[in-house]
Amino acid sequence: MEIEHLSVHFPINIGTVRAVDDVNWELRQGEVMGLVGESGCGKSTLGFSILRLLRPPGKIVQGRILYKGRDIVRMPEREILELRGKRIAMIFQDPLTSLNPLFRIDQHFIETLLAHEKGLTRKDAYRRAEEMLESLGISPEKLTEYPHQLSGGMRQRIMIGLGLILGPDLLIADEPTTALDVIVEAQFLDLLADLQKRYHLTIILITHNLGNVAQLADRITVMYGGSIAEVGEAGDIFENPLHPYTQGLLASIPNIKLDQPKLKTMPGSPPDLVDPPQGCVFHPRCPHAMEVCRVKKPGLVKRNGRLISCWLYG
Amino acid sequence: MLAIRVGFMHSDDLITIDGLIKHFPLQKGLISRLLAREKGSVRAVDGISFTIRKGEVLGLVGESGCGKTTTGRLILRLLEPTAGDVKYRGRSIFSLSEKEMQGMRKKIQIVFQDPYASLSPRMCIGKAIEHPLAIHGEYTRAERKEICLEIMRKVGLTPEGFLYKKYPHQLSGGQRQRVVIARALVTRPEFVVADEPIAMADVSVRALILELMAELKNEFDLTYLYITHDLATCKYICDRVAIMYLGKIVEMGTLEEVFKNPLHPYTVTLLEAVPVPDPKYRRTRPIPKGEIPSPVNPPSGCRFHPRCHAARPTCRMDEPPLRKINQNHQVACFME
Ligand SMILES: Nc1ncnc2c1ncn2[C@@H]1O[C@H](COP(=O)(O)OP(=O)(O)O)[C@@H](O)[C@H]1O
Ligand SMILES: Nc1ncnc2c1ncn2[C@@H]1O[C@H](COP(=O)(O)OP(=O)(O)O)[C@@H](O)[C@H]1O
Ligand SMILES: [Mg+2]
Ligand SMILES: [Mg+2]
Repeated sequence: MEIEHLSVHFPINIGTVRAVDDVNWELRQGEVMGLVGESGCGKSTLGFSILRLLRPPGKIVQGRILYKGRDIVRMPEREILELRGKRIAMIFQDPLTSLNPLFRIDQHFIETLLAHEKGLTRKDAYRRAEEMLESLGISPEKLTEYPHQLSGGMRQRIMIGLGLILGPDLLIADEPTTALDVIVEAQFLDLLADLQKRYHLTIILITHNLGNVAQLADRITVMYGGSIAEVGEAGDIFENPLHPYTQGLLASIPNIKLDQPKLKTMPGSPPDLVDPPQGCVFHPRCPHAMEVCRVKKPGLVKRNGRLISCWLYG
Repeated sequence: MLAIRVGFMHSDDLITIDGLIKHFPLQKGLISRLLAREKGSVRAVDGISFTIRKGEVLGLVGESGCGKTTTGRLILRLLEPTAGDVKYRGRSIFSLSEKEMQGMRKKIQIVFQDPYASLSPRMCIGKAIEHPLAIHGEYTRAERKEICLEIMRKVGLTPEGFLYKKYPHQLSGGQRQRVVIARALVTRPEFVVADEPIAMADVSVRALILELMAELKNEFDLTYLYITHDLATCKYICDRVAIMYLGKIVEMGTLEEVFKNPLHPYTVTLLEAVPVPDPKYRRTRPIPKGEIPSPVNPPSGCRFHPRCHAARPTCRMDEPPLRKINQNHQVACFME
C-alpha cells in the first residue's frame, strides 16, 4: 500500500484541525508496521482514512491511498464495503463498544460471515467460528456466551478473530492493548505475532507504547503533530534515532532493563493542530531548531535506509 | 541515586499495616440474584501486613482489580476496614476521632490517576489547589493564596500568577497532573499515596511527572506509596516493592532483590511481561497462558496455584504465608 500527499481535516467551530498533514507513507506486504506517537498526533485518523471510516466532520482533503494499485480515496462506496473486513480489518482499544451486548459470540461470527459470503450455511459458519476460536487459544464453548461474560483479554481476542474471519490481508490494530493489563497485553502480543505468521498478515500496530512496537514491529513510523517524523527498521530506530523528536521520546521512557539515573524530559507540549506552528511542527520544542525550521516544513528524505523529515538531514 | 536510597533503609517505620482486610458486599444484578449464582463478597484486600518506612518510596504493584487502590484508600482512612489496622507513627488511624482525623488528613494525602476526574471544571486551578487549606480553616484568604502560589512554583506551574486563574480545560494534560500534585502537597504532608499518577498521561508527560515526584520527594522529605501496574516506572522511582495478587501480597523486598531474584512465579511472569522499549530485549518465550480469577471466590490455598507451573498438592490446600528469605526479601510461596 502507498499513501501519497494525504491530508485529513476536521473542520470545527474554532477552525480546522489538520489531523494528518501531507503524509507520504508506504507499507510492505507481510510486515508489522508500528505507528507511534503521542495522543492527538493523528495516528487513528491515518488508520481510519485507510478504511474511509473517518468520524464526521473528518474529510480527506487531498492525496491518494493506493491499495494494490487502486485509489481508496476515490473508490465507489460499494467497493469500499467489499474492502472492509474482506481485505482490510480494523480493531480498536475497547472491544465492548464494538461487540453487541445482546448477541452471543457465535452470532457475531455467523452474522459477519453470512453477510459477506453468499451461499454459506449457518452450520459451516459455526464451524468456521469454532476453528477461529481455536487459533485464538479460546475454548469453543465460549461461543455460546455473551460479551460481558468474558474477560477483557478474551474480548479483545474475539475482536481480532472477528476481524480475521473473512480472511483479510491487512489488519489495522488501533491501541489494541491499551485497556489490557500487563500480562494479558503480553499474551495478546504473542497471539498477534502468531496470527501474523499463520495468516500472512500485514499489520499496522497503532500505539503510544514503544515497548509494544519494540516487541512486535519490523518497521516503525513515528508521527508528530499530524506529520511523519521518521520511518525505519525497528532495530535502527531504537538503536540510533535520528529525528530529535524520536530521540526525545525514546530517552523519556523508563526501561526496566536499564539503570536510568534520570529520565530526559521534553520541554513544551504537542502542537495545537488547529493552529500548528509554521515550518517544522516540532521546532518550538526542538533542541536543534535552526532558522529554516521556523519557516519551511521539511520533507521526508532518505538517510541510511531511513526516512526523516528534519532540516538537520537536508 | 541508589546510594541515597540505601540511606533510608534503616530509618523508622512511618506506617504499619497489620492484617488489613476489606470485603465489599457483592453488587448483585437482578438476574444473578434470581438465579442466586454468585454468593459472597468481593475480597478486595484479604489480609495484608507490611510497613512503610520514613523517606522511602514503596511501590505497590499488581494488575487491575488486585486491590491496590483499596489498600491506598484504607491507609488514608477513606475507607473503613473489615478487619485489621493501620498505624501512623504507632497510632491506629481508625481509632482517631473525626477532629483528630482532620488534623491527620493534612499529613497524609493522595494523588489520583485521572486529573480530569479529580478536578472540578468550574473551579479555577488556584482555588482547587488552595481548597485543602480552606477545609482546615487556619489561614486567611491572602495567606492561602500566598502558599498556593509558592507550591505552584515548586511543581513548575509557572507563571503562577497567570495560571492561578485558569480552568482545568485550559491546561495541558501535564499541567493538570501538576495541579493535582500541588493540591496534594499544599498542606505539607509527610506521606503521599500516588495512585497510578501517570497511567493516563502521554509518554513525554510521564517522564516529567516522574521526575517531578522524585524532586519533590527530596525537597519536602516525603514518603510515597506508589501504586502502579508498571514495573518499569517502579524500577525508576521505588526503593522497595510489594507485589499484589488477588488481595494478597505475594512478594516484597528491595527493588534490587525482587527484580534481580524474583521468587514468586507470579512476579516472574509479571517481570517477563513488561514491555521493553528496545527490540534487543524482545521476548522469545511466550508468556504463560491464564488470567486473574474473580476476587469473589478466589482459588483455595495459594491463590496463584491454578496458573502456577510448579503447583503441588499443598498449594491447593494451604495458603502460603509471607516468609522471610533474607533481610530484604519476603515471599509467599511454598517453593524452596
Ligand atoms: N471527530 C473529530 N472531530 C474533531 N477533531 C478530531 C476528531 N477526531 C480527531 N480529531 C483531532 O484530530 C487530531 C488527531 O487525532 P487522532 O487521529 O485521534 O490522534 P491519535 O490517534 O494519534 O491520538 C487531534 O487533534 C484530534 O483532536
Ligand atoms: N466500592 C466498591 N464496591 C464493590 N467492589 C469494589 C469497590 N471498590 C473496589 N471494588 C472491587 O475490589 C477489587 C479491588 O479493586 P481495587 O482496589 O480498585 O483494585 P486495583 O486498584 O488494584 O485495580 C475489584 O474487584 C473491585 O471491583
Ligand atoms: Mg488514537
Ligand atoms: Mg486502582
